[in-house]
Amino acid sequence: MKTPKKILNEPRQATAEMMEGLILANDGRVGRVEGTGALFRTAIPDGKVALLIGGGSGHEPIFGGFVGHNLADGAACGEVFAAPGPDTICEAARAVHRGKGIIFLYCNYAGDNMNFDIAAELLGDEGIETRTIRVRDDVAAAPPERMDDRRGIAGAVLVVKVAGGAATELKDIAEIERIIRKAEANVRSMGVAVSAGSLPETGKPTFELGDDEIEVGMGAHGEAGVKRQKMVSADDITNQMMEPILGDMALAKGDEVVLLINNLGASTMMELLIVNRRVRQILTRDGIAVHRTFIGPWFTSQEMAGFSISLMKLDAELKRYIDLPSSSFGFSSL
Amino acid sequence: MTGDDVKAMMLAVAQAIIDNVDVLSEADRATGDGDHGVGMRRGFEAAQDAIMALQSPTPEQVMKAAGTAIMAKGGGASGAIFGTLFRAGSKVLEGKDRLDAAGFAQFLAVASEAVQKRGGVITGQKTMVDALAPAAVASADGSSLAESMSRAAQAAEAGVEATRHMLATTGKARSLGERSLGHIDPGALSVSIILRTMRDRA
Repeated sequence: MKTPKKILNEPRQATAEMMEGLILANDGRVGRVEGTGALFRTAIPDGKVALLIGGGSGHEPIFGGFVGHNLADGAACGEVFAAPGPDTICEAARAVHRGKGIIFLYCNYAGDNMNFDIAAELLGDEGIETRTIRVRDDVAAAPPERMDDRRGIAGAVLVVKVAGGAATELKDIAEIERIIRKAEANVRSMGVAVSAGSLPETGKPTFELGDDEIEVGMGAHGEAGVKRQKMVSADDITNQMMEPILGDMALAKGDEVVLLINNLGASTMMELLIVNRRVRQILTRDGIAVHRTFIGPWFTSQEMAGFSISLMKLDAELKRYIDLPSSSFGFSSL
Repeated sequence: MTGDDVKAMMLAVAQAIIDNVDVLSEADRATGDGDHGVGMRRGFEAAQDAIMALQSPTPEQVMKAAGTAIMAKGGGASGAIFGTLFRAGSKVLEGKDRLDAAGFAQFLAVASEAVQKRGGVITGQKTMVDALAPAAVASADGSSLAESMSRAAQAAEAGVEATRHMLATTGKARSLGERSLGHIDPGALSVSIILRTMRDRA
C-alpha cells in the first residue's frame, strides 16, 4: 500500500494546527475557545438566536469555515472524521449563546447524534435552550421510509446557507427551526468516489477501490454506496446519480431548485463543470429550472476524488434565504 | 480489589487500548472509516492522565474519572459510548471502598443498559453491545471477582466472533449491508481488550 503524500508536521497535531490556521485566515472575525475545537463568530448581536453547526474535522472548509456573516455563529469541530465531544460542543454553545437559545444543525451520524444529545442535556441543566436539526440528504444511504438512516453530506451546505439567513433575520426560535426543517426536508444528494482519501494520523486510505473502479453513492467517509462498478463516462455517472435523486424528490415541471456540486477533495473543476453540463441537460429535459448554481469544494473528505450532486427544491421563503448574501472563510455568495 | 488496585487495573486497561491502536484502526477500515483506534487512543490517553492524578481513590472515582476523560477527549461515537460505559457503570460503585464480584457484575449490567440507551441499539446489530451485553450476563455467575472478570472476558471474546456473522444495521457500517459480513466489529474488539486486561489484573 502506497502512503499518500500529505503536507503535515506531527500528524497527531494536524487538526489543532489546521484550526489555528483557520482562525488566522479569518482575520479576527472568528475566535476559538483556547485549546478546543469550539469556534465562534466575534460579532454576534445580543438577543440573536444562535446557530451552531459541527462535526468531525477533515472535511474542510466545513464546518469551521462556515462560521460567518449570514451563516453559522459557531462550530464545534472534532478530530478528523470524529464527532466533537460534549465538552467542545458545550464550550462552543456557551460562546455563541445570546440568551435566546441555540439551534444545533449537524449531519446525521451516530457519533454526532450522541455527542450533541449529551451536550443538549448538559446545557439544559444550565438553563440554555437548544433545538436539534439533523441533515439527512444522502439518498444512497437508505430508502425514503428510513429517513433517519440517511447520512448528512454536502446538502448540508445549502441547509446551513438557509439556516444562517433565517437565524439572522428572524427572532423567534420556533419560526427559524420551521424554516430550517423545511430546507432539510427539501434537499437530496448523492455522491460518487473515484479514489479514496486517507487519514492524516494513520496515513492509510479509508477504503480500498481498484484503479479502474468507482463507487456510486459512497458517503463522505467512504461508507458504502449503491454499487461498485468499472469506471464509466462523466455523463453515465451523472445519469446514475440524478435518477435516484430526482426519484426521491417529487419535482414537477416548472419547479425551481438550487443546485450544488461538491468536490470531495481531489477532483478538478474541469470535471465538475462537465458534470454540471449533464445535470442541466437532465433538468432541462424534465422542465426543472435552476435558480442558482454552486460548484466547489465545501464538504471534502481529505484527498478523496469524486463529487456529489445536491438539489434543494425551492419555494419563495427558501429562495429568499438562499439569495441572502453571505460570507465566511469557506463559503461566500452575493 | 481496593481503589488503588482498580486504579492500577484501569491504567493497564488504558495502556492495552493504546497499544492496540493499529489493530483497532485496521479492524475499522474493513467496515468503517479506519479511525476507531486513534479515537480510542485519544480517549484512553486522557483517561490515563485523569486516573494518574487521583490520590487514594475509591473504585467509583477511578471509573468516573476514566469515563469523563474518554467522553471529553475521545470524540466520535466511540468517545460517547465508552465514556458512557464507565460513567454510568461508576454510579453503582458509589459508597463502596472495594470492587467485588457483585459490584463488577452490577457495573457491567448498568453500563450495558446505559450504552444501549445512548446509542439506541440492542444486541444483534454488530456493535460493541454484542460483546458488552453477554459479558454483563456472564459476569453475574462469578463467585469471586477473578471468576466474574474471567467469565466476562470470555463472553466478550465470543461476542466479538459473533459480530463476524452479523449484518451491521447502525453506524457508518450500516450501508455496507451484506458486505459487512465476515468482519468483526471494532468496538466489540475494544470491549474484549478492556475485559481481557481486567481479567489479567484480577
